[in-house]
Amino acid sequence: MSEPAPHIKVENLTMAYGSFVVMRDITFAINHGDVFIIMGGSGCGKSTLLRHLIGLKEPALGEIFFENVNFTAADRETRKKITRKFGVMYQSGALWSSLTLAENVALPIEQYTSLKSSQIRDLVSYKLGLVGLGGFEDFYPAQISGGMCKRAGIARAMALDPEILFLDEPSAGLDPISAQRLDDLIIHLRDSLGSTIVIVTHELASIFAVGTNSVFLDNQTRTMGATGDPNELREKSPREDVRLFLNRGVPDEKSFPQPPSDGTNSQASPAAPRQGSHS
Amino acid sequence: MNDDSSNLLSADRSGDRLEVFLSGSWHINSSPPDFASSLATPLNDGGPPSSITFDTSALDSYDSSLISLLLKLHRQCESTNTRFDRDSLPGDVNDLLDMALAVPETEEGNRRQDRRFFYRVGSASLAIVDELLDLFNFLGECLFAIGRLLTGRARFRHRDFWVTVQESGAEALPIVALISVLIGMILAFVGSHQLSEFGASIYVADLVGIAMVREMGAIMAGVIMSGRTGANFAAQLGSMKVNEEIDALRTFGFNPIDFLVIPRILALVIMMPLLTVYADIIGILGGMIVGVTMGISFDQYFNQTINSLDIVACMIGITKGFVFGFIIAGAGCLRGMQSGGSSAAVGSATTSAVVTSITAIIIADAIFAVLTTILGL
Repeated sequence: MSEPAPHIKVENLTMAYGSFVVMRDITFAINHGDVFIIMGGSGCGKSTLLRHLIGLKEPALGEIFFENVNFTAADRETRKKITRKFGVMYQSGALWSSLTLAENVALPIEQYTSLKSSQIRDLVSYKLGLVGLGGFEDFYPAQISGGMCKRAGIARAMALDPEILFLDEPSAGLDPISAQRLDDLIIHLRDSLGSTIVIVTHELASIFAVGTNSVFLDNQTRTMGATGDPNELREKSPREDVRLFLNRGVPDEKSFPQPPSDGTNSQASPAAPRQGSHS
Repeated sequence: MNDDSSNLLSADRSGDRLEVFLSGSWHINSSPPDFASSLATPLNDGGPPSSITFDTSALDSYDSSLISLLLKLHRQCESTNTRFDRDSLPGDVNDLLDMALAVPETEEGNRRQDRRFFYRVGSASLAIVDELLDLFNFLGECLFAIGRLLTGRARFRHRDFWVTVQESGAEALPIVALISVLIGMILAFVGSHQLSEFGASIYVADLVGIAMVREMGAIMAGVIMSGRTGANFAAQLGSMKVNEEIDALRTFGFNPIDFLVIPRILALVIMMPLLTVYADIIGILGGMIVGVTMGISFDQYFNQTINSLDIVACMIGITKGFVFGFIIAGAGCLRGMQSGGSSAAVGSATTSAVVTSITAIIIADAIFAVLTTILGL
């Protein structure tokens, strides 16, 4: 944690699907030990940004660095070495459906360590216990609920004690108690293992509880709105939409743009082009 | 319940102004008036009005049927610069309209429409090129993966391999037997009918034997396995893709080709020749049943079959089994890996896997026929 270089650095990233640009000019840095939040309205490209960070999608422009090693330009072997330090939990859990929960968590451990199978079993039940799934070792993903799949996905992501843990909407769909436990778990992991944690979420409670750094993606301008500690952004961000997002739109009356009550132009948002040009 | 929609809405056009009277109970179950029949005429006769006002004094109750109609009217007014007098609407209706209008319709939502004929032809042609590139890419990756496998560097779960062997081998035996015995019998029936006219019924054994061993055994096993196992592979990998399971493999450093495709191809390449031999034998038995019932003795039929076959014919059939096995597993896995991210996409991946592999099997068989003819085998 003493290195001065940021753990992850993103420079001028442009994300696109074909010719459709999702987001452009994204620049931020994630330090060692950060709990970094990727936030923004739904459909703005949060998960897409995560897919770029873990190398599942290539940037249209810009570069991503891990500890000053250029990940975007790296060859296969370097990439593999970097990716080995990741743990990723996908939005739906993405457990391998033909394997039991225990086998899911055990598979990466079997592949990358030379532990004995009894040791692996102990490790697996510890990891499952951490996410509150002790005793579910022999269940298949189809036999448990969506929230449980998600937690099992987190257990699998933590299997190899990764240096960087990526979580895609970990608390969405969890009950408040489980969500709270998950937040505690995240902070624990950061403190005990020194992991850097990157979370995609829009659960405000989690954002303020665990976040130490963040980036806000803006749907309207298709670029990043702000980066920094979410607790500070809530009060001090120069941008209204960022403050609005972090305060659930409460302090301002403009949470919904009010159309003028008499007719000819009801488009309140200046960013939106006028529709209805067809006659 | 008000079933007469004409009571719910009437419009009074006086010069430049349109007054709309709303009355009664608007419910989606009581056939409320639609826009085209109720408002289009007063709105467009003599050009768009400059303003629209509402009289809602007789309006009892309403649901979304009224709001959606007003929303459409509002949009129409915007495009014709007509004043839409919202003050004359009840407050609740205005609130609901506000909610619906708060976030403007995005233009991106509509960007898929309005595509011209040449655009579509062009993109369809480009898609064929992409498709071919995908295919070569996949074949290349498979070759590399096989190379890794041979040098012992490929990683997959051996259990996956054995499960696939069981699914595509032992569990396919009954259906392959049924189809093969029927094919053998059909060949024998058709053949004996023709051959008996020349008094050469005994040659039914040659016909069935050669046809089964050289062609039909491998083809029928291939077609059955395409529908059975090829479709299974495509559906399995497709739903793994939908569920992000393949992404999860990648981020854990597993190569999905090594991990998912290679064990399946390997299993089928091993099992298909065995199934082909099995189909050959059962098919010949089927022919024998027909032959014996038509008066050829068992010994005669058996000897005639043995004499008609040589090692070359058997090897041709078995080689076809190898090739078809690779085609079926490859097509199934390719389509599965290409599948899009929805359940409908998994369905079409499955369909496409079966169509691809059966087509490829027939093409490969034709190539075999040409090659064996040229080589004089």
